Amino acid sequence: MNIQEPVVMAAETIPAVEIKGLSRNFGTFEALRNLSLAVQPGETLAIFGHNGAGKTTLLKILSTVMKPTGGEVFYGGLSIAADAENIRRRLGVLSHQSFLYSSLTAYDNLVFYSRLYDVADCDTRIKHLLNRLGLRSRMYDKVGTFSRGMSQRLAIARALLHRPEVVLMDEPESGLDTFAMDTLWQLVREDSRTVIFTHHNLERGFQAASRVAIMARGKMFFCPDIKCSPGELEKAYAASLEMA
Amino acid sequence: MREIAKACVIAAKDMLTEIRTREVISSVVVFAVLVIVIFNFAFGSNQQAAGLVAPGIIWVTFAFAGILSLNRSFVLEKEEDCIEGLMVAPISREAIYLGKFFGNLLFIFLIQAIVIPVFSLLFNVGFFNIELVLITILASVGFASVGTLFAAMAVSTRARELVLPILFFPVITPVIIAAVNASAVILGGGVLSDITQWLGIIGAFDIIFIVASYLVFCFIIEE
Repeated sequence: MNIQEPVVMAAETIPAVEIKGLSRNFGTFEALRNLSLAVQPGETLAIFGHNGAGKTTLLKILSTVMKPTGGEVFYGGLSIAADAENIRRRLGVLSHQSFLYSSLTAYDNLVFYSRLYDVADCDTRIKHLLNRLGLRSRMYDKVGTFSRGMSQRLAIARALLHRPEVVLMDEPESGLDTFAMDTLWQLVREDSRTVIFTHHNLERGFQAASRVAIMARGKMFFCPDIKCSPGELEKAYAASLEMA
Repeated sequence: MREIAKACVIAAKDMLTEIRTREVISSVVVFAVLVIVIFNFAFGSNQQAAGLVAPGIIWVTFAFAGILSLNRSFVLEKEEDCIEGLMVAPISREAIYLGKFFGNLLFIFLIQAIVIPVFSLLFNVGFFNIELVLITILASVGFASVGTLFAAMAVSTRARELVLPILFFPVITPVIIAAVNASAVILGGGVLSDITQWLGIIGAFDIIFIVASYLVFCFIIEE
């Protein structure tokens, strides 16, 4: 088991995402504590951890929604402190919430985000994604009439609309049926994207990932350089729960 | 220029949302017309008294109607954490502020476009002259600039409907006082040169609060 083990990288490779000594405090509570991690281009990293381990806080900082108390985050060598706008152009974010306006139609929502992201030929792109996600027939319906699973599928389209290089996902499979889960991973893996996601289910998360990590009490508790075995992951997860 | 363009995209989305739901405009217009009708009944037979209080009535109506629409502007963004959707988009926090400011300003103009003819009719007051239009535009910019900032602050609190007026009215009071006085001068037969000091106050307020709100907005939505 590797505890707080620094990630060894090839000298010439610039990590797609690099986190150095990240910390985040909420008053006296330390949500993240000196967390370091590097994710190589094309990797799919699954982050597991007990409730309150700091996974969502980490993703909020990575998505530039929240500022860290200390430490730095780099995307392809660019710092989020200095180049946040450029970095956001390369990021796709899928959260617990859909970020969709319930009183607008699915199509209106995607057109709105296309304009924010300067998506070229947005009409074709929107229809393509809605087709893939099985929502084409409901594209002119208000999002408020959608089920939780349909909203989540539409949120996937929103997150991938601008063909992001890095995708951040917080519990991406919640509310999705098997078809939608498969489509999600097919779409996300297109164009060799770098993916960082959190998952509450060890087995599902392990299957989807090319590398895994476990957080506990705001720290990277287990983070091997290569994908470990399911047994090692389970053992490390059980040890992390003792820390919680 | 890019920031303005993205702000316009956000404002257009807000308008589209309202066109689809008509939630705010219907309630705000009913409220505003109701206030004017009640005051009209109160001063019904006394045209002289009605003429004296008319500037106060119209600006009180705009202020309270404005609060209702300002409250709603960030509630929309709070549902499904849409504000986070804007925050992860490749636009600056300032562009988000400008977008919401433009949206609120358009809304206030829309309310005024409906309420002013009703007011003019019931109070027998001609509100359609260049001076009054100028006062209305300048004061509305002040309303929207401060209101957008405070609506963003209030939306994260539990009693946001209470918090916004408590924050908003003390700060916007100089604009309301200046607008009421300037309107009274014009309705009393004055000309543009008679109200330059009032317009100066409103203009200065607008500039100060647009710049200040633009600069501090990022701290408000990030914390």
